[in-house]
Formats: sequence, structure tokens, C-alpha cells
Amino acid sequence: MSTPPTTAGRATQSAEAEALRKALSSTPRPPRANAVSAALAFGWRGMLKVKHVPEQLLDVTITPVMFVLMFTYLFGGAIAGSTGAYLDYILPGILVMSVLFTTVYSGVALNTDLTKGVVDRFRSLPIWRPAPLVGALLGDSVRYVLAGTVIIVLGVILGFRPGAGVGGAVAALALVVVFAFGLSWVFTTMGLLLRSPNAVMNAGFMSIFPLTFLSNVFVDPDTLPAGLEAFVNVNPISILADASRGLMEGSADATDILVVLGVAAALTAVFAPLTTRLYRSR
Amino acid sequence: MATNSSAGLAIEASGLVKDFGTTRAVDGVDLAVRRGSVYGVLGPNGAGKTTTIRMLATLLRPDAGEARVLGRDIVSEADAVRELVSLTGQLASVDEDLTGRENLILLGLLLGLKRTAAKVRAAELLEAFGLTEAAGRLVKNYSGGMRRRLDIAASIVVTPQVMFLDEPTTGLDPRSRNQVWDIVRALTGEGTTILLCTQYLDEADQLADGIAVIDQGKVIAEGTPAQLKASVGSGALRIRLLDPEQRPQAERVLAGELDSVHLEPDPAALSSGCASTERAVEAVGALNRAGIAVADFSVGQPSLDEVFLALTGHPAEEETISEQAAIEEEQAA
Repeated sequence: MSTPPTTAGRATQSAEAEALRKALSSTPRPPRANAVSAALAFGWRGMLKVKHVPEQLLDVTITPVMFVLMFTYLFGGAIAGSTGAYLDYILPGILVMSVLFTTVYSGVALNTDLTKGVVDRFRSLPIWRPAPLVGALLGDSVRYVLAGTVIIVLGVILGFRPGAGVGGAVAALALVVVFAFGLSWVFTTMGLLLRSPNAVMNAGFMSIFPLTFLSNVFVDPDTLPAGLEAFVNVNPISILADASRGLMEGSADATDILVVLGVAAALTAVFAPLTTRLYRSR
Repeated sequence: MATNSSAGLAIEASGLVKDFGTTRAVDGVDLAVRRGSVYGVLGPNGAGKTTTIRMLATLLRPDAGEARVLGRDIVSEADAVRELVSLTGQLASVDEDLTGRENLILLGLLLGLKRTAAKVRAAELLEAFGLTEAAGRLVKNYSGGMRRRLDIAASIVVTPQVMFLDEPTTGLDPRSRNQVWDIVRALTGEGTTILLCTQYLDEADQLADGIAVIDQGKVIAEGTPAQLKASVGSGALRIRLLDPEQRPQAERVLAGELDSVHLEPDPAALSSGCASTERAVEAVGALNRAGIAVADFSVGQPSLDEVFLALTGHPAEEETISEQAAIEEEQAA
């Protein structure tokens, strides 16, 4: 801003008026943002929020640490005979549980977002319809990766040594995050259907909690009553836990991986369009 | 109101209806807004203003009726409408958890600007709206006036052809209000059509070329500010006395000169309907001769407040259905 050295007040005022006039003069409308860049812009928004309020990462860092320590040292001896033996069994399972629990927060965050005026602006923009949602989940996927990394690193510190090395651990983490992306669409749908962030939190955990515990994450299903065992064996979370154990050990079953990817795709195919429709019509 | 010549219209709506549960928020609204004009939609809380704007901005689907923005249908061509309009909502439509600069860059990216262009545009707007110093601060720490300015800046990252402004100065101090008004005037200078919802009568009077008065979901009057005032009848003489003790005496004198005399809430003030300036001058002269000291007096058209009272039978401040309740019901729906 060039201010001529005359009476300061006047100069500032006219400079402001000039800046306003310049800013208002037509900015030609560029071609529409394509789907990918719109979704990435929303992903960037998610990252900025983490940057401004880093405390919100506590739930994806502290909680997994708590789970690992608690299950390993509290239940390890009773369930597997020694904490070391149990750590090998449970670490891939805790990875699954922690990341899946984090997906509930995607629904909570969306519900919170809806109470704010900015959603009206997003909805009135000419962009690819699912972009705000896909972008937010891309941002959340970064949180899932972070939660998973915390678990694996802590496991290694405690003596967990994946048979397939770093590559196996990364592959297991990637599979879990892909499944979490699919599952989080269920919670974003809940986030749009329920009235308050608390309601989403309650409904979310009331569904993910039993599903996780009624899987092979914590115990070998052979020890269970027959009916329960049958359920646990078909629970997709069991299959995901098996697949991630397999990937870490280098003995993954291709069918397990395919089933996990299939379920993730199916959840996305059903709940992503549903979420998008609800987001638009609310 | 079926208009045959719709070529010059930026917004045309006929019979718009929106129900929330059992509440009919908008009950057959017709609008015709000329291109390049500022059109005021005036009404108390809960009159249906916000719901109308949200339908026009494609955020809500009308239950009946139809509307076009620059010839595009708001339901069947919603996506085309979104390319033409921008919305500044009643709740500030900016992200409180981001900084001012980040908000503007985000919108630039979403509107199709490349990263560098979005940054340049954001800097330009921050400068123009006096927000450069606050650019790096989170919006939740902004004052009401700064937030509003950012909100409007966000609406013109790419110049819209039609802009919806929902109560842009509600809750602002007079200085911030004047800044917003200046921005609105500057915008119309660039040819943008503005639909302005307000519950402030002087705001519509200051900015709008045409006004629709809306009450309980219906347009109850329409016209230029001057027409609306004229439709209510003659002008008024307003007088403030130096000494409130003399008011009963002044009332008797005025009653002899003019038609109707009202005592105002201010204990030193009176007003009276009067058809012409000449009669008003005579009446003030009569007060003077009777030895009643007049502190000041004015002759003018009735205020839009008086217009509202005359049109609806209740003052503009009275709440009918709480707009908040309507919004909540809408979110529950």
C-alpha cells in the first residue's frame, strides 16, 4: 500500500477505499475445482485444525498407550501365561481396536461441524458433493496412521518383534487404516442422523465396543462357547485382526485381506452416498 | 406475482413454501429482484427471512412453489445456481478454528483457484477489509465486526453475481455497522445483485432500492422505501420540549392546530400527524406564542418502524415464532 506523505488520516482512508475497490472489481471465476483438489482442500482444513489445537491428538495417542499397557500387564499373565507371549498375540489386535475406536470421532467431529455456520457456506459452493466428507476422512486417516504408529512403536519398545519386520508392520497398518476409512462412513452417517455430538459418541461406542470385544482381538476364539465362537469367527473385526497378525508375521492369508478390503469397499459403497445425501439435505 | 418480462430479474420466486414439522416457516413468498439492485427483505425474528434465503441459496428444498436465480431453477439446476451465488449466513459462515487468512485461502481453493492465486487473493481481500493485522489469528478470537467483514470477504473471493446477506449487522456496534454498509454499497457499484435480510428498518432504508416486508412467512407489503412510507399515510411532526412540565399545555395547543397528538415515551416529546410542512410550521409558531419553549422539532415521513406497525398491527420487535426454534426444528428434521 503506497501512502502519499500528506495528512495521514486522509491518505489511509483513501488507500483503504482504493484497496476495497480493487478487491471488489470482478475476479473472473476460474474453472471449477475438480473433485480431487476440492477433497484435498478439505483434508488441508482438517490438518490445520490439528495444527491449531494439537491437544485433540491426545485421544489418538494417550488412549492407545493406555490400552497396550493395561491389556499386556493386567491380563497378559492370566490369558496367555506370560505378558511377553500375550504381547505377541494382542499387539496387532490393539492396533485394530485403537484405530477403529478413533473412527467414532469422525462422526462426532462432523456432528459438531454441523452446528456451525460454515457448513452452510460449504453446501452453497459449486463443488463435488462428497468433497467435504471425503476430505475430512482423508484428514482423519492421518490421525488413524498416527494412532497406529504409536501402538506399533510402543509395542516394539515393550519387546514386540514382528516376524515380517518393518514392511509387515507398515502393511498391517495400511490395511487397518483402509478398513477404518470404510468404517468411518458408518459413523459419519450416525453423525448426520443424531442430534448431538454426545449422542453420536454414545451410539458409536455402543456399537463398536461390543463388536470389538466379540472378536478375536483379545482371546483365542477356541476357548469360547460354540455359538459365540461362530459369531466371533465371522466378525469382520476378527478377520481384520487375523489379517494384520498375518501381515506382521509374514504369514498373511490372502482371503482374509480380500475379505477386509471387500467389507471396507461395501461399507463405503453403502454409507458414503448415504452420508453425502444426508449432508446435502440437512 | 407472475412477471412476464423476467429478463431483467436476478431473482424471481413465486409461491415459495417451507414447513418444519407443523410450523409453516414460509407461506407463499413471491419475490422479483432486479439485476444489480439491493433488495431488502424486512421482518422481525421468525418471519421466515432466513428460511427464504436458505431456499434461494439451494440449502433447503422448497415444499411448494418455485424460484429462479438468473434464470436457473433452484431445485433442478441447483448446481448452476451455486456457481452464481454466495451466501453470508446469519451465523458467521466462516471457520472459527482457522485463521482469517486460512479461511480465505480455503475458499479460494474450493472455488478453483490454484494455491498461489488463492494466497494472493486472500492477501488482497484481507488488505481491503482491514484485516491484514489479524490475518494470522484464529477467527474465534475476532470481534463481531471483524468476523462479519471476514464473512463478507469470504463471499467475494470470486465475485458472485448474486449475493445473499442474512442480517449482516445484527449485533454490531455502530462503527462496524457503517463499515459493513460501505462494503455493501461498494459491492453494488460492481453490479452484484444483493438480497439483504434484515430486521433493522433503517438498514433497509439506507441500502435497499426495493423492500419486501415479510411477516409470519408472507410478504405483506412491497415497494421502494419511499412508497412504503407513503402507503402508511401522511408525515409526522415530532417535537421535544425544553421543560417536560409544559407537555400537557403543549398537547392542548397542538390539538387545536393538528389532527392527532401522541405523547411519546420520552416525557418531553410529542408527535402529531400532519399533512404539510406549512401546517407544521404554524403549529410550532402557535407553541411559541403560547410561551412553550421547544428544544427541537422535525418534520418527516413516518419511520419504517411506524410502517411496520401500520402494516402488521404489531411492532417489529414482537416475536411471533422464534427463528431459533425454526432452525432447531429444521436440524431435527
